[in-house]
Amino acid sequence: MSGGDYAWFDEDAGPLARPYTLTRGRTRAARHELDMITLVVALRLHHAGELDHAHERILGRCQNPISVAEVAAGADLPLGVVKVLISDLIDRHYMIFRSGWAPTTAASPDTLQKVLDGIRKL
Amino acid sequence: MEFASSDRPESPGIEAMALKILIAGGFGVGKTTMVGSVSEIEPLRTEEQLTERGAAVDDVTGVEQKTTTTVALDFGRITISRELILYLFGTPGQDRFWFMWDELAQGALGAIVIADTRRLPSCFAAIDFFEQRQVPFVVGVNCFDGSQDYEADEVRAALDVDQFVPVRLCDARKRQSTKELLTTLLEHIMAVNVHASKAPAGP
Ligand SMILES: Nc1nc2c(ncn2[C@@H]2O[C@H](COP(=O)(O)OP(=O)(O)OP(=O)(O)O)[C@@H](O)[C@H]2O)c(=O)[nH]1
Ligand SMILES: [Mg+2]
Repeated sequence: MSGGDYAWFDEDAGPLARPYTLTRGRTRAARHELDMITLVVALRLHHAGELDHAHERILGRCQNPISVAEVAAGADLPLGVVKVLISDLIDRHYMIFRSGWAPTTAASPDTLQKVLDGIRKL
Repeated sequence: MEFASSDRPESPGIEAMALKILIAGGFGVGKTTMVGSVSEIEPLRTEEQLTERGAAVDDVTGVEQKTTTTVALDFGRITISRELILYLFGTPGQDRFWFMWDELAQGALGAIVIADTRRLPSCFAAIDFFEQRQVPFVVGVNCFDGSQDYEADEVRAALDVDQFVPVRLCDARKRQSTKELLTTLLEHIMAVNVHASKAPAGP
């Protein structure tokens, strides 16, 4: 099936090529390959006080698979900041992500056909 | 694993795959309008902050003088199925935000470049970018009121794009028009792929 073209990860998937300089004095880089359309989903509920407000807010938006861009837009935070917060949550196993579309692999003909059919039905 | 509302038809499943298509063109050509015309959600806005370093470092405090620029992107979503979600991203109107274009183009299926006949050169940067990156694209000629009527072929000649690249007149405000452009783009991507797989291997 076309969904098998890439996989979900909850382990370190390598460093992000371009480090982000963050607001709030934090200068850590997001540690996972998070793209704007990488899908993330919460794995488990957390207990009150377990997470700080910022992380809690992000986690609360990810009860269903959702893209990093949508999380950022909904939380009204810059993408770079959201990527770091999501990275933290992945590291702490609150969340998993599905790796982005590998830039070197073209979408399969099957997937393209599904997208085309979907657009025609709009 | 169970998700509280996973039975909602619009919520993607755990196997979901996300894809993206870019809507590019110069400042004010109708990118956001086009995203909104087919998106199932009101276009969302996300921001990225670019910190430009390299300016003078203050010797006393050791603090780098930085300027922060905010780049806004808007995007919409089309849920094809529980397994496939298509995102449409409007690219930033100003081409100085190349760093954003790089990330946007990474893994994009293809792009629609909107051309405005009143100021065609405003889409040259987008066309150059996609040609260089070999991102398949189609050109939508947005027919603003009061703009002279042009034939798609006249615009093609003026833009000097490959014969193979579809150029179509469109109205970014109309859902049907955007649907047709997206359909044309998908067919073009599939044709490009077939062509590429038939081409002899080598340099
Ligand atoms: N008449 C007409 N007006 C249009 C069309 N497309 C967009 N507009 C209008 O043109 C203006 C600019 O459209 P936007 O969609 O904001 O353009 P944009 O490319 O997203 O602009 P920036 O993000 O600022 O670069 C809006 O007022 C639209 O309503 C069209 O096809 N015909
Ligand atoms: Mg816009």
